Amino acid sequence: MNPVLVVFAHPALHRSKVNKQMFEAAQATEGVTAHNLYAAYPDFDINISREHELMEQHSAIVLQHPFFWYSAPSLLKEWMDRTLSLGWAYGPNATALHGKVLMSAITMGGAAHAYHPEGQNRYTINQFLTPFDQTAHLCGMSYVEPFLFHSALRATPQDINLHCQSYSERLSALRDGLPLPLFERSHS
Amino acid sequence: MNDGFLYYALIFLASAVLVVPLAKRSGLGSILGYLLAGVVIGPFGMKFINNPDAILHFAEFGVVMMLFLIGLELQPQTLWRLRKPILGLGSSQVILTTLLISGAAFALGQPWAVSLAIGMGLALSSTAIVIQLMQERNLMPTHTGQSAFSVLLFQDIAVIPILAAIPLLAVAGDVNSLVHAYEVVEDRAGGSLWQKALTVLGMVSFLILIGHYVVRHILHYIAKTNLREISTAFALLLVVGVALLMDSIGLSPALGAFIAGVILADSEYRHEIETQIEPFKAILLGLFFISVGMSINFDVFVSQPMTVFSLVLALLVIKLFVLFVLGKIFKLDFSENILFSTLLAQGGEFAFVIFAFALQVRLLDENTASLLNLTVAISMALTPILILLHDRVVVKLLSKSYNNNDPQSDLSANIIAPRPVIIAGYGRFGQIIGRLLMANGIKATILDHDPHQIDFLRKFDMKVYYGDVKDMEILHSAGADTAQILVLALDDRDASLKVIPRVKERFPHLKILARAYDRRHAYDLTKAGADYYIRETFGSALMLGEELLKFLGTDPYHAKKLVRKFSRHDIETLKSSFDHFEDNNALISFAIQSRDELIKIFEEDRKDMERQHDDDDWDNPPRT
Repeated sequence: MNPVLVVFAHPALHRSKVNKQMFEAAQATEGVTAHNLYAAYPDFDINISREHELMEQHSAIVLQHPFFWYSAPSLLKEWMDRTLSLGWAYGPNATALHGKVLMSAITMGGAAHAYHPEGQNRYTINQFLTPFDQTAHLCGMSYVEPFLFHSALRATPQDINLHCQSYSERLSALRDGLPLPLFERSHS
Repeated sequence: MNDGFLYYALIFLASAVLVVPLAKRSGLGSILGYLLAGVVIGPFGMKFINNPDAILHFAEFGVVMMLFLIGLELQPQTLWRLRKPILGLGSSQVILTTLLISGAAFALGQPWAVSLAIGMGLALSSTAIVIQLMQERNLMPTHTGQSAFSVLLFQDIAVIPILAAIPLLAVAGDVNSLVHAYEVVEDRAGGSLWQKALTVLGMVSFLILIGHYVVRHILHYIAKTNLREISTAFALLLVVGVALLMDSIGLSPALGAFIAGVILADSEYRHEIETQIEPFKAILLGLFFISVGMSINFDVFVSQPMTVFSLVLALLVIKLFVLFVLGKIFKLDFSENILFSTLLAQGGEFAFVIFAFALQVRLLDENTASLLNLTVAISMALTPILILLHDRVVVKLLSKSYNNNDPQSDLSANIIAPRPVIIAGYGRFGQIIGRLLMANGIKATILDHDPHQIDFLRKFDMKVYYGDVKDMEILHSAGADTAQILVLALDDRDASLKVIPRVKERFPHLKILARAYDRRHAYDLTKAGADYYIRETFGSALMLGEELLKFLGTDPYHAKKLVRKFSRHDIETLKSSFDHFEDNNALISFAIQSRDELIKIFEEDRKDMERQHDDDDWDNPPRT
């Protein structure tokens, strides 16, 4: 079994429609550790050694969050800045994360067609996600295809239920070590 | 006179209202004010009132109430912790002083029995004056305060055997009064010593039972009826009842009230009783000081001024000497010891009782008794003056020598390595700031007036000054010229307000960060010129509130945001209410003003929280 760590970042969970339910689905999935960053560190004071320990204990890391300004909510960025440190995550002799799998699970307000050179957002999702891809690369992790949910603000309860079910399935696939398609680097 | 009561009330209240604020304003303190008022209206002043003894007797109830309140503050375990100073320090003070004064009286030609009575009477100090002085100065929790309190407590206990011994001394001294003395002993309490001890023990256990089971229920019952005046009446009834009960078994009412207070100290209604009794105590105690002032017999003083003068001097010197030696043995610091000895060097109100009794059993003659009473009254009146002198002169001298002993304190060291921060007041509040700075290698100078604290801190290589922050010279030698920030962490509100303008004048470059007591104090601090204030309980109450929201199931980050929002809102309303503070003239009673203030605050809170639904940060999330 490859234990999965879901690192979850949502600054207003009481207003969440999709992410909250997804997180609950993750919590209910066997072999998954669900880690709510905003609940654990409401004052952004991240316990680095605890986070390192958590990552060392898991072989797949999922970054679950809403897409804010084409990126992650600020605490997740802070988490990356603080925990993926030189000498542990990257740099000479830093092998803590080598061979682990990284996946993004993102909900977005925009529709799929908006993320297109001709669409409203002008770039593809994968173009926006290149920083995550490169981060994974530098840390010796393989970044797999992101798990996306579009048009979240207009989703029906049915859509959300379906999405949560397949989220649980995706997490199980990670846990069972099934091969997943790698992130597709965009060439412009 | 039919309207005697109202006439007396008029005289007392008018004299107090006229004289006491004046005395307090001019720095003499309220006790001296009351004493002065007493002298003015008494038989030797303007003769408004000619029978001070009757009033003194009535006003002694103020002392009873004071001891009851002190008992309420003392949990039994605190009392147990003080057992060593009470039994050791207290007993040696009473015994040694008695021996020395008796010896002196004997050498002056008094018979031995009379000498002993005089010695015992004068060995006691004035609980009323000393405790009042200590409370005015916030000394009760300090080492000095606890030691002085222990001595006073032992003295209050010692009154019982002393009063029992007086008739016996009369018998031993003069066979003629044998029959009379026996009658007096019979009259008081009666029965053998064993019986008496058993009665006392029984009564105390009875009180414990009553206190634990009955009083609680009555208070609860009264609280439910919502009749304020009845709970006041009950609190008074409690004190009066206990005092009479104790008196009936031969204990001093003050000691009895103290025991009753300790018994009730664990009760959840403690504060309720405290607030009910407090105003009565304050007024009666004032009346007590007035009557002491009135009882200063200037006729005796005029007829034998030299005798009175030397008696007072001898009394003070002997008591100071004994207290100082004992303070040394009981490990009081030099400066603590001086204050301790000065505080307790006077004769006390119990001396009046003892000498009156000795007069009654014909142990003392009229002239000796009035001489002694006068001596005691003058020594009592001198105590606040001596303490003023101590504050103005001794503390200043001491702080100089203290600070010179500190090897780091010379000015050159300050220039080489200036310390950017001065923390004034190193109690519960200042300590946290000091530790934060120390943990981060920021050098701070600490100013406190508790020498115990100081020796301890010096062990941790902290730079500590002994002295009063109101004294700009002390601040100067603490390095105020080179420091950048002064933290006012005092728990004395008025002191903080006094310090700020002086510092701003003398050291204009110093930023002042002040600990505020409440909103009103925050306003006063700002007006005085503080650069920053924080209400002392604000941060911790908000932190608890945040935890509470989490316990209620609010998401932790959301709880944090709500608290931050509320905090910001509260700070803003406080700032904008400052104008409104300005408008209100001083005539509006403070209580009404702060109640109106509170109502306003609550309304603002509600409005702001309603508005919050419209402008929550996440209604328009940057969702993409």
